[in-house]
Amino acid sequence: MSKVLVIAEHDGIELNPSTAKVVSCAAGIPGAEVDVAVFASSASEIASQAADIQSVARVLTIEREENSHLLAATLAPQIVALSDGYSHVFGPSTTFGKDLMPRVAALLGVNQISDIMTVLGSHSFKRPVYAGNAVLTVEALPLQVVVATVRTASYTAAAGGNSAPISETQVNVDLPTHTRFIDIQSGASDRPDLQTASRVVSGGRALGSSENFDIIYKLADKLGAGVGASRAAVDAGYVPNEMQVGQTGKIIAPDLYIAIGISGAIQHLTGIKDAGTIVAINKDEEAPIFEVADIGLAGDLFSIVPELTDAL
Amino acid sequence: MEKILVGLKRVVDYNVRVRVKSDGSGVETDGVKMSINPFDEIALEEALRMKERGEVNEVVVISIGSSESQQQLRTGLAMGADRAILVETNDALDPLGVARIFKALVDRENAELVLLGKQSIDGDNNQMGQMLAAIWDRPQATFASRIELNGNTARVTREVDAGLETNEIDLPAVITVDLRLNEPRYVKLPDIMKAKKKPLDIVPATDLGIDAGPIVREISYEPPARRERGIMVDDVAGLVAALKDKGLI
Repeated sequence: MSKVLVIAEHDGIELNPSTAKVVSCAAGIPGAEVDVAVFASSASEIASQAADIQSVARVLTIEREENSHLLAATLAPQIVALSDGYSHVFGPSTTFGKDLMPRVAALLGVNQISDIMTVLGSHSFKRPVYAGNAVLTVEALPLQVVVATVRTASYTAAAGGNSAPISETQVNVDLPTHTRFIDIQSGASDRPDLQTASRVVSGGRALGSSENFDIIYKLADKLGAGVGASRAAVDAGYVPNEMQVGQTGKIIAPDLYIAIGISGAIQHLTGIKDAGTIVAINKDEEAPIFEVADIGLAGDLFSIVPELTDAL
Repeated sequence: MEKILVGLKRVVDYNVRVRVKSDGSGVETDGVKMSINPFDEIALEEALRMKERGEVNEVVVISIGSSESQQQLRTGLAMGADRAILVETNDALDPLGVARIFKALVDRENAELVLLGKQSIDGDNNQMGQMLAAIWDRPQATFASRIELNGNTARVTREVDAGLETNEIDLPAVITVDLRLNEPRYVKLPDIMKAKKKPLDIVPATDLGIDAGPIVREISYEPPARRERGIMVDDVAGLVAALKDKGLI
């Protein structure tokens, strides 16, 4: 039987929705029993959110002062100690999981399976390579623990309504002090989170300036949507990097994605190919974005977008 | 600081439209342009800037792979690296095996800092730097968009999902770099000539006596599912109607 340990992602207050997606993936392993580990300085609130997720058998809380910020260097030895008896250790392929899980895998002496998009069996998975231009089927060695990250855009969050037991767990390992959290700066906004929003509006380089991005925000607010951007718009300094959608930014799967002034470079398309409906608004009728768009409108975004905002 | 090691991986150039071979055994690489992994180029640029600021004395570029990787190392030398090491092997290596080989070089060279791309654009694994830091038992700072060296520590700003996170790490350490750290310089012709005279050591991987570790078996490659082209509408009214039709508004 497979026993999967899922490492919860959170910000110290709330469980990140990526965790319920990783649980969805883990529950797809035949006969899997899924536990969630919450590392925090104060874990009870986050643990009860994890206990609510369907398919979770147990929630383990590991409370230590060192876990007030989730750093790979301090988490990895604790996860290794906790992983005894588990056949799989999974995390999300968010920056949190990408940073952490390879450190865990190396300490356990195994390779990691990155970005699981399909589970074929307990040791057999599909994952994207070459920026999503190919899908590779891989097989991990049978008698070894499988350490993996899960491509969250490939999974819907497991439903709530569970009440899994929560148990406090001690992990007695020495932790390094060579890595220290200083601060985090985020363009905090009241808009829905880009990675979990059901609707996303993104702007590209054609917007021309950060002031002009205003029409994107107005449309997004009318729709209750999250706001994203192409790499070109981020590199041009119109918006901060955490808004970037694409292979090198965030990979998202909203029900509705509206790409405005985005030509559709392959690296951007990789980030949106699991979206429900893609709408493209672009001046250039030949832009590659129209090849993948469900609904396309060629024309001047500076007149179309305000008109659309008014029409909604 | 005496020395920085920078990893340079030979990969299919990022402008090449990658195609899966019809037998599913891999992707087409015959006659395809090969280049330095773009993230690794950014890592090298950062190391060169540190050297130019007088923060480090020597920049060593390292590649692990077939003898063809010498091309990428020569490009790295032309950019300004002082010398190069190729660990030559024709075996398929996974990130853990690469990390173990890199660790042997870190020990041999007494490196104080290893700069790497956050991922290579072929396998997209995003593992090697973190694994090297783990088996070296040293700090890692991944996805760096700003690096500031202060004696025995470094302050690294990291591009994470929530924004920009700053960590302070003790050296030696591994730092993996993201796109916005810098813009790599172009190589000029005289630099290419000069690079031919710079040292490039070739070390057979077998000489290092490393157990490259377990391998994740590659079963088959397939092209991704394609999205179909949809409809074009003429105006905003048409767009609103189409969205209503799909029940999206």
